[in-house]
Amino acid sequence: MSIEPTTLPVRSGEDVVKVRQAVRTLAMDLGFSLVDQTKVITAASELARNTLTYGGGGEVRIERLNQGPKRSGVRLTFEDRGPGIANIELALTDGYTTGTGLGLGLNGARKLSHEFDIWSQPGVGTRVTITRWK
Amino acid sequence: MDRVPILRLGDCLLVTVQVDMHDELAMSLQDDLTNKIVATKARGVLIDISALEMVDSFIGRMLGNIASMSRILDAQTVVVGMQPAVAITLVELGLSLPGIRTALNVDAGLALLRRALDRGDEGGYVD
Repeated sequence: MSIEPTTLPVRSGEDVVKVRQAVRTLAMDLGFSLVDQTKVITAASELARNTLTYGGGGEVRIERLNQGPKRSGVRLTFEDRGPGIANIELALTDGYTTGTGLGLGLNGARKLSHEFDIWSQPGVGTRVTITRWK
Repeated sequence: MDRVPILRLGDCLLVTVQVDMHDELAMSLQDDLTNKIVATKARGVLIDISALEMVDSFIGRMLGNIASMSRILDAQTVVVGMQPAVAITLVELGLSLPGIRTALNVDAGLALLRRALDRGDEGGYVD
């Protein structure tokens, strides 16, 4: 097992695949059910793509959370220094996009997570943190 | 650059997605498949995603695009083999793949295509 937390770059489509694989490895290691693994991998994929497409690339911190023997989870923090999001509420609306996608990614990642936190400042960057507990 | 192989099965094309696709690969599959439909005059397209461990909104959009492009090119698309965990996640994500026909496996998908082609369906949304 690699030393955690891990930070991975998100600068290409292949990096997005590597992020998915790293998240999968951790979720499996924590004993997530297949459905829960799939949910956290899918959320990671959406956010990694956002970091790449809208943030111009950035990085993700992958953490294993242990809060007592029965409470473990995965926390992912995606960070970029891109243009930021002017209206976060709008960005979280299903179907809204400034790009060419479906506009489901950001809110989709929120729906697939137990905890969701977003910080963004126009001209500075964006940071999205999600947690999924086992 | 790697490519997703496209096999010919009579008047249908079979695509088996074996790898964890990065976005560029998904985009090239879209292009390759539309070219192949025209080149082979295929009437049906079967996309086997049983090896995919997740379908996010990008891949969902790609599947929808392929179905739409195929329809315009007079071919019908069936997506087969989705894993249950992937289906559960897709719905929770808010993506129900409208306009895409699905079947449980390749055999069922081929049978669905066969029936539709024999009936002369126009590849609409409803069976």
